[in-house]
Formats: sequence, C-alpha cells, structure tokens
Amino acid sequence: MYQWRWAVFLEQPPGGGGATYLDWVLTGLRLTAAVSLSAWVIALLWGSLMGVFRTYPNKILYGISTAYVEVFRNIPLLVQLFIWYVVIPEILPASLGTWFKQLNPLLQQFVAAMLCLGFFTGARISEQVRAGIESLARGQKAAGLALGFTMPQTYRHVLLPMAFRIIVPPLSSEILNLFKNSAVASTIGLLELAAMGRQLVDYTAQPYESFIAVTLLYVGLNLLILLFMRWVEGKARVPGFMGGGR
Amino acid sequence: MYDFDWSSIPGGLPFLWKGMRTTLYITVTAMVAGIALGTVLAVLRISRNRVLSWISAAYVNAFRSIPLIMVLLWFFLLMPALIERLLNVPRHADTRLTSALVAFSLFQAAYYAEVIRAGIQSVSAGQMSAALAMGMTNGQAMRIVVLPQAFRNMAPLLLTQTIILFQDTSLVYVSALADFFGAASIIGTRDGRQVELYLFAGAVYLVICFTLSSLVKRWQNRLKGHA
Repeated sequence: MYQWRWAVFLEQPPGGGGATYLDWVLTGLRLTAAVSLSAWVIALLWGSLMGVFRTYPNKILYGISTAYVEVFRNIPLLVQLFIWYVVIPEILPASLGTWFKQLNPLLQQFVAAMLCLGFFTGARISEQVRAGIESLARGQKAAGLALGFTMPQTYRHVLLPMAFRIIVPPLSSEILNLFKNSAVASTIGLLELAAMGRQLVDYTAQPYESFIAVTLLYVGLNLLILLFMRWVEGKARVPGFMGGGR
Repeated sequence: MYDFDWSSIPGGLPFLWKGMRTTLYITVTAMVAGIALGTVLAVLRISRNRVLSWISAAYVNAFRSIPLIMVLLWFFLLMPALIERLLNVPRHADTRLTSALVAFSLFQAAYYAEVIRAGIQSVSAGQMSAALAMGMTNGQAMRIVVLPQAFRNMAPLLLTQTIILFQDTSLVYVSALADFFGAASIIGTRDGRQVELYLFAGAVYLVICFTLSSLVKRWQNRLKGHA
C-alpha cells in the first residue's frame, strides 16, 4: 500500500539550507509565472506587429509575416525549444554564441524558453490580430484614409483600437495556453513548476503528493487567469459589437 | 561560423523512420479514440440530463486546464501499477507506449469534444425537431440526422486538431520513448550532431504540417463555397 505523507512538504531536502520542499514548489511556480509573463510581452508586441503586416497593403511585409506564421505554427513547440536552446547559440556569430554559453545556466534556459514561447505564441496572436482587423467593416480603413490619415495613422487610431477590443476573448485563451505550454521548458532543465514536481518525486519518493500539488497549482493558476481575463473582457467589450455590448 | 555536417542523417534514416512510425501510431490511435470519446462527451454535454452534462464539462475543463506534459507524467507514473494489476503484466514490462496512447487519447478527447460540440450546435435546431417529429428517439435523431451533418461541417476543424496532436506527440520525449523527435535527438547526441538533427527534425515537421494544413484550408474553403 502507498503511504500518504502530506507533511513531506514541510521537510527540508538534504543540504537544502533551511528551504523546505514547499519552498521548492513555490520557486517553481514563480519561475513559471516569470517565464510566461515575459514571453507574453514578446508575443503581444511581436504578434501584433506581424498581425498588422498580414493585413498591410505591402507584398514584402505580407510575405515576411506569412512565412513567420507558417513556420512557427507548423513546427512542434518542443522542437522549437531545442532549436532555440541548442541550435541557435551554435550558429550565431562565434562571439555572441560564446557569450551566451558562458551565461549562468539558469539564465540560458530562461532566455531560450522565453524567446521560444514568445515567438511561438506570437504566431498565434498575429492570426488573432489579423482576424480582428479583417472583421472590421472595410469602410473603416477607407474612412480613415479619406480623413487624411496616412496608412500607419489609420492603423494606429482607427483599426487597432477597435480590433484589440474585439479580440480580447481569443487572447485570453492564448494566455492560458501560454501558461500551460511553459511546462515544456522543463525538458531543457528549467526548474519551473512541472520540473519541480519531477524533482520532488526523485527526492522524496512521494510521487502522488508532489504531482497532486503541482497539478492543483496549474489548475489554480488557470482559474486565476480565467477570472482576471473575464474582468478584462468585461472592460473591453464593445457595445453593440459581436453580441458583446450592453 | 558553425561547420555543418549532415552525414549522420543518411545512415540514421531507418531509425528515424522507425521513430516516425511510432509518432504516426500514437497520432492515429489518439485521433480515433479521441474522436470517439469526444463525440460521447459532446453529446453528454448538450444533453438535458444535468448530471451527465456536468460530468462531461468537468472532464473537458479538467483536461484543458492541465499542461499536456503533466498529463503525460501522470500516466507514465500511474500506468505501470495499473496495468500490472489489471492485466497481470510482469513488473518492469515497458508500458511507456501504452501509457502514451492512453494519455493522448484521453487528453485529446477533451479538445475534440469542444470541436464536436460546436459542430453539433452548427446543425440547425429544426433538424432535431423534424427528426423527433418523425418519431425517432433522441438517440436515433442524433445518430442518423444530426451527427452526420455535424461531422461534415467540422471535418476540417477535426483535422486541424489532429495536426496539433501530431505535433504534440513529440512530448513523449519526457518518457524517453523514441518517437520521430526522440530518434533525432538520440542520433544527434550519439554523433555530437544535435544542431543538424534538430534542424532536420524541424524541417520534416514543417513540411508535413504545412502540407496538411494547406490541404485542410483548401477543403474548408470548398465547404464554405457549397454552404
């Protein structure tokens, strides 16, 4: 029979210097949050830019952004992560590659995971931004231009403010996906939440407690983001648009 | 500059192909089982029975809020003991493939269920009423009238979900099971040529997934044209 021992979280790992296993889990949770949030910033900025390019009347920009989206959507996240972590430092110009490889390992893992998740999620966001812009009446772009706005000004003042409000709901599911996808970073050794769960299994030989704790934390994190995004969605709703208004 | 050396790949092709067959085996199994279970979940979800609907919703939401890697780790941890008890397989038998098949099937079912539910709801309500008026039972109306139309509408979306599944199978890496990516990783580590092997693996996935998703897009446009 399996011996349940929930008190294991209050015990200290050998040579842990005062930290308990619970502290380990919380460190993992913080790392998950940090890598996901920093990746979200990249994804939102880069994804918006690429989404604009996907609709912009310029063949070169359209080509670049389309190639980006297709490449990043059609290669598995895990493979992309190993390309960021193993391949890119090798094929960078030697000085840059060496500099990266001399960084603290944690920082290397963090940067690789952040860039990987950021550009992976960015491809999905750019599709949402494109869909948001395309959902606006064609007349909006024409009206902006007719008022004497330049094309960038039309995007900045007319199209994007509206498009972003419309795509808040799909963006919330992307942020949830991002948090879940961040668990992939455990494969390159980043000690985020999922990796901490596995490490706890090795150290404590209490696999069920560790996995239950980690799983519940993911569910809780999910719920928290969901509630927060509901609130944002309420604020961003456009009255009279897409059944959302009141 | 980095000195590329692709010479590991030709000799590694048989092993890579073996890995690809494992990848395809997991993908197809999880697709079939996932769509079957997903259909049941979707029908339960929209049924008028509150308890069944709640159970289905809980299942779908639970799986959708946990990272796939955690689900896989759970199954790799739990399955050996479970299989031993149920099937009397000797201890230490390699249950990783079975665990992966079960985990992907159950996990994907939650995602397929959402696609299928949307598909069922896309069939106009009048169809259900008409079938009931003709004297069919609920089950018959669903099976004979609603589901066939729903599946036709959502077939492209199911395929898109399957392309995602095909990509996600690479995560069996956490159990060191040699799927296509695992095989590439093993060869790369053996020959000290990870750079080339990872790039090769990425290129193969890109070609396959890009081709499939372009076909799905074309199909989707044709369906739209007919509607």
